[in-house]
Amino acid sequence: MNDRTVAPRPAGTGSTGAREGVPAPRPDSEAPIPPTTEAEKKTVVRPGDRIFAGLATGSGIFIVVLIAAIGIFLLLQAIPSLALDQVNFLTSREWSTGDVSNMRYGILDLLLVTVVSSAFALIIAMPIALGIALFLTQYAPRRLARPFAYVIDLLAAVPSIIFGLWGLLVLGPVLTPIGEWLTSTLGWIPLFAEGNVSIELGGTIFTAGIVLAVMILPIITAVSREVFDRTPVTHVEGAIALGATKWEVVRTTVLPFGKAGYVSASMLGLGRALGETIALTIILSGTGAAFAWSLFDGGATFASKIALAAPEFNDPRTAGAYIAAGLVLFVLTFGVNAIARSIVAGHKEYE
Amino acid sequence: MTTDTADLNRLATPPTFQSVSGARKLKNGIATALVYGAFLIAIVPLVWVLYVVVQRGFPVVLDADWWQKSLSGLLSRQQGGGVYHAIYGTLVQGLVCGLISVPLGLFVGVYLVEYGGRSKLSRATTFMVDILTGVPSIVAALFVYTLWITYFGFGRSGFAVSLALVLLMVPVIVRTTEEMLKIVPDELREASYALGIPKWKTIVKVVIPTALSGIVTGIMLALARVMGETAPVLVLAAYAPYINYNLFEGPMASLPLLMTSERNNPTQAGFERIWGAAITLVIIITLFNLLATVISRWLAPKTK
Amino acid sequence: MKTKRHGAVLGLIAAGALLLTACGSDSNVPEGQAPATGEASVPVECGGKSKLSAEGSSAQKNAMDTFVQAYQQKCSGSDLAYNASGSGAGVKQFIAGQVDFGGSDSPLSESKGEVASAAERCKGNPAWNLPLVFGPVAIGYKLEGVADLTLTGEVAAKIFNGTVKKWNDPAIAALNSGASLPDKDIKVVYRSDESGTTDNFQLYLQAASKGAWTQGAGKQFKGGVGEAKEKSAGVAQATGSVDGAITYVELSFAQENKLSVAKIDNGSGPVELTNESVGKAIDGATIKGTGNDLVIDLNSIYGSTTAGTYPLLLATYEIVCSKGYDADTAKAVKAFLTVAATSGQTGLADAGYAPLPKAFQDKLLTAIQAIA
Repeated sequence: MNDRTVAPRPAGTGSTGAREGVPAPRPDSEAPIPPTTEAEKKTVVRPGDRIFAGLATGSGIFIVVLIAAIGIFLLLQAIPSLALDQVNFLTSREWSTGDVSNMRYGILDLLLVTVVSSAFALIIAMPIALGIALFLTQYAPRRLARPFAYVIDLLAAVPSIIFGLWGLLVLGPVLTPIGEWLTSTLGWIPLFAEGNVSIELGGTIFTAGIVLAVMILPIITAVSREVFDRTPVTHVEGAIALGATKWEVVRTTVLPFGKAGYVSASMLGLGRALGETIALTIILSGTGAAFAWSLFDGGATFASKIALAAPEFNDPRTAGAYIAAGLVLFVLTFGVNAIARSIVAGHKEYE
Repeated sequence: MTTDTADLNRLATPPTFQSVSGARKLKNGIATALVYGAFLIAIVPLVWVLYVVVQRGFPVVLDADWWQKSLSGLLSRQQGGGVYHAIYGTLVQGLVCGLISVPLGLFVGVYLVEYGGRSKLSRATTFMVDILTGVPSIVAALFVYTLWITYFGFGRSGFAVSLALVLLMVPVIVRTTEEMLKIVPDELREASYALGIPKWKTIVKVVIPTALSGIVTGIMLALARVMGETAPVLVLAAYAPYINYNLFEGPMASLPLLMTSERNNPTQAGFERIWGAAITLVIIITLFNLLATVISRWLAPKTK
Repeated sequence: MKTKRHGAVLGLIAAGALLLTACGSDSNVPEGQAPATGEASVPVECGGKSKLSAEGSSAQKNAMDTFVQAYQQKCSGSDLAYNASGSGAGVKQFIAGQVDFGGSDSPLSESKGEVASAAERCKGNPAWNLPLVFGPVAIGYKLEGVADLTLTGEVAAKIFNGTVKKWNDPAIAALNSGASLPDKDIKVVYRSDESGTTDNFQLYLQAASKGAWTQGAGKQFKGGVGEAKEKSAGVAQATGSVDGAITYVELSFAQENKLSVAKIDNGSGPVELTNESVGKAIDGATIKGTGNDLVIDLNSIYGSTTAGTYPLLLATYEIVCSKGYDADTAKAVKAFLTVAATSGQTGLADAGYAPLPKAFQDKLLTAIQAIA
């Protein structure tokens, strides 16, 4: 498809820093090589190029086909079950799929619990991850930064079942007094009202959100760190030469340069939080009561609901109900990603 | 192009000929405090989790049997035995998944940044990768189950797990590759083209090596994520307490599967196996990370 | 080229992994006492497929471990992998032909078409449900100062559907005249995952509560009160950590988390959960299946009013093909089940299960011998 030997400037690349109004001038005094036109199109295309381009494009096509296949699979499994649903799938809070002749299930509570717990996690994790990434790349002495970066990467290796057990058995009891204090002093705010499960048992969205935040911290940090680390030296030098303080250097060079990467990293983290399964099945207390917008409610997320039932799937119609829920998660995550993309694009004149 | 910004920090002392206003100093101070504060807040739970894992798991893995034996023939309440069977399963499933997903993810990333531009396919691919990021692991597992086992008629096996893990690993690799390639300065590409080097060679020898350490970090994160992934192994591979070397047939243990299985074991032995397996997984992934650091140092262009 | 080097490194990793394969070992010399071998009067014909696979209910996982150990001692070189993923998965994998037999908390269901598809899997022969493992379910609770508590099916049902909310409710007090019951809320803890234990517990409440339980049965808890935790480990841990909590859980988990276990009064006095009282309940069970298909009529256990029986237990079936295995598999399945029903019974009590009473054991052995 694109055989020119000179790469078109890749979507939203390179020039970011300069576009963001960084004071640093371009390093080279020469103007960038103007994109060659007619002469270029006539150049011989080397077989190496053709193969490589083919492989790259092929992989792109493969991914598209693969995911389309997953989507179709989910739809095929979900549609027959949705037809059997006796209540509104999107607005009902019931979930009863045991009796296939009278399946009553809706995703409202699942959706709210999923969104609230992940959003809570992201609100905690994003600023902290930014802080860590800046600390490790800009503030900490190199000798200190490496081992700390290492410890944080290590956390990504801890399996989610361990985060679940840690959250339930170790963190939960520690959070109990904090939770009780919050509900008693700030209980008039719906978000901190007494929930539908007991704080003592720790199975609240509050606990779950904090554990999720800890789980996604390493992911956001690792990617942001890499991006911040790549801030062009010239930009930084320029800022310093203008007499900027440390913070001004960060604000005018590192942050604008790394913003897209940071948002992208956060979305990766959010993706993981939304789809996190095992840790939440262990931590979150199930409840028959409806979600009432409190962090101290219990409930189930899409993924944990599916995981709790998956071992007992023995009827495709029941399984289909859960897959329909999975489909909503699918759409939800995609929506989040699309929003993030557009934020990034807005900042960079992406299109 | 790894820039050692710390070296520059020394230059960041306020210039002598110009005084920094109080407000700017204050802002700088607040920002510094916040950055340090964030770091300190974060380090607490992170170190705490690691401490719990080490404290509970470490005594278990000191036994040489732990690394050499399986749990075959042991009762759930009998202590002893080892997790060799699960280590083997985790490594082989993870590696096979990596062998499939790393090239695939790399190529997709390269395609998006270097070839795709703003074409329809490129936008479709970005769209799809975004969706794939959101596939919960259990849904990926159910998909592979339907396709590979129900439709193609293969048995449950370690390989089926690898396939499901590919679905989870690819988007992470694509995303990080994409991010890392994007920030490779265009000047490098242009310089290479100016020397008459073909595009593919520019990508392989200039662009990718420049972004390599970031890409390797992404791969390691992805590998860490999939190796600890529980849902696919639950659906796609049956647990076996004995060693099964065959990736393509029969029940095969892996560390997350072992942990889930031992959750049904209320005894002390079960407790030890869960935390022992956890620290084993952490150790394995640490080794991989070390290896990755070495590799990326070795492959990175020498800039000094 | 650099990518080649990269490839070489990956190759090295793979080679390293392969090298690892050389030094693993399956041999674990069991430290414990070997199960008594003398008592098995039934000859076991070892051989056939060396690695069987089975899957299903997690409720019988620990019993399976015991059986496997006995099987390995009887038939050296043989092994069985039991994947405790859940009853639904067990039935599904058995029907799909992925495992040699399934383990399930409930027999194959006619209405869901499981009977028919299982027959298809067995090449046109019926599949049999063999109730091999009986696990007592404890009503476990934690209540300071009350180590001894008696409940009837009716009161249990009222607790678990929220009709009785306080520990000092007159309904409970009437059954426990000596105990000093506190004025505390009852915290019901139930399973958040779908589970055969929940199903059987609700079936019990339905049968034994004299109409107080109207919510029906099923793998999801329907009481409408309390909060749910994942798996037996989760509910037992949660119950053990809060004063005033009550749950239903397999005995071994209740013991491990130091929960008190309620006695059950089925009309003829409080009965403690012991091997004898459970054995008595199994002995009193009637079979509603035909021939060697030993499906148990659960109402005969749950509704039992015989003195000294502990009625709340979970029967776990092994779902096997009556015919239709290949010769190797049939031989190994028979050998395994025979060992399980005989020498495997030793040590079951330590794992929290009830050993089979003699009469029931004979019925099972007849069925196992008939597998071809």
